[in-house]
Amino acid sequence: MHEMGVAQQMINIAIASIPKDIINPKVETLNLKVGKLAAVVEDSLKFCFEIIAKDSPLEGAKLIIEHVPVRIKCNSCQHLWEVDEPIFSCPSCKDGTVEIISGRELEIVSIELAE
Amino acid sequence: MEIKIQKKVLEANESQAEKNRKYFKDNNVFVLNMMSSPGSGKTETLCKTLKMIMPKIRTGVIVGDICTRNDADRLEATGAQVVQINTDQFGGDCHLSANMIDKAARELDLDGLDLLIVENIGNLVCPAEFDIGENERAVVLSVTEGEDKPLKYPLMFQVADVAILNKIDLLPYLDCNAQDAVDNMKKVHPGMPVFPLSAKTEEGFIPWIKWLSACVGK
Repeated sequence: MHEMGVAQQMINIAIASIPKDIINPKVETLNLKVGKLAAVVEDSLKFCFEIIAKDSPLEGAKLIIEHVPVRIKCNSCQHLWEVDEPIFSCPSCKDGTVEIISGRELEIVSIELAE
Repeated sequence: MEIKIQKKVLEANESQAEKNRKYFKDNNVFVLNMMSSPGSGKTETLCKTLKMIMPKIRTGVIVGDICTRNDADRLEATGAQVVQINTDQFGGDCHLSANMIDKAARELDLDGLDLLIVENIGNLVCPAEFDIGENERAVVLSVTEGEDKPLKYPLMFQVADVAILNKIDLLPYLDCNAQDAVDNMKKVHPGMPVFPLSAKTEEGFIPWIKWLSACVGK
């Protein structure tokens, strides 16, 4: 629902990371990591990104998204597992509190500039 | 040429949230972020909560809505300090972010507060993603929404530290099974305290008030 704001932040971070000595930089690819639990819809993010990137060094850049699975650790028995459904109780000891190891990422990994 | 970045997209919000947390800690104010879908009864739950904890726990409220001051007016009647945020000024945002809380908190007299409750915008998706500098997060689910909502919106129930199951006075008229609702919350977040209550009849408030008072240390 807030993909427009996310796309704007992505573009701000990407532009700030382009070395100042590059004249007329053009970003070809933006590499992202998005966890499966992150409240971001890929199609919506791409749509918003395209609109906001217009007339910036990121216009026309491709978004490459690496989807990160949800991995959970049980704090009671230390069992580690990957979840596909929204059930976070430990399959091993059925008890205890859990910790999300991965799956909430929303990160810019890198940008690729045209030579 | 590839340029490595490795940055969180929401890092601007996260760094402001950390500043807020420090600001509230320096002022000895405990902050609770209260989230739910629209119409779950957050405001009524808050009004009744304020009636029970004040003036022992001096409480302020920041309330977020896209439009209107309706909630602020209801909450002000309890005698609490209230600041309304309308996000239509921010483009109709679906959540409160850390910078909005920073601005709103400056309007409160923190010296006169032990507890600040932030009533977030009614939405079970986006507010879960945005740290606002709170100490604990509460989610309110009402029995009229159906017992499967925790499974449909898992992130919200996973990030919450405590849950309220509201409107239990309506259970005789509904097909909703309250135990299933509680079980679904615990599937998504094992160990999370869940307090079934009715903001209308005030049934079930005592455990919730005890939990909140213990958080504030009063």
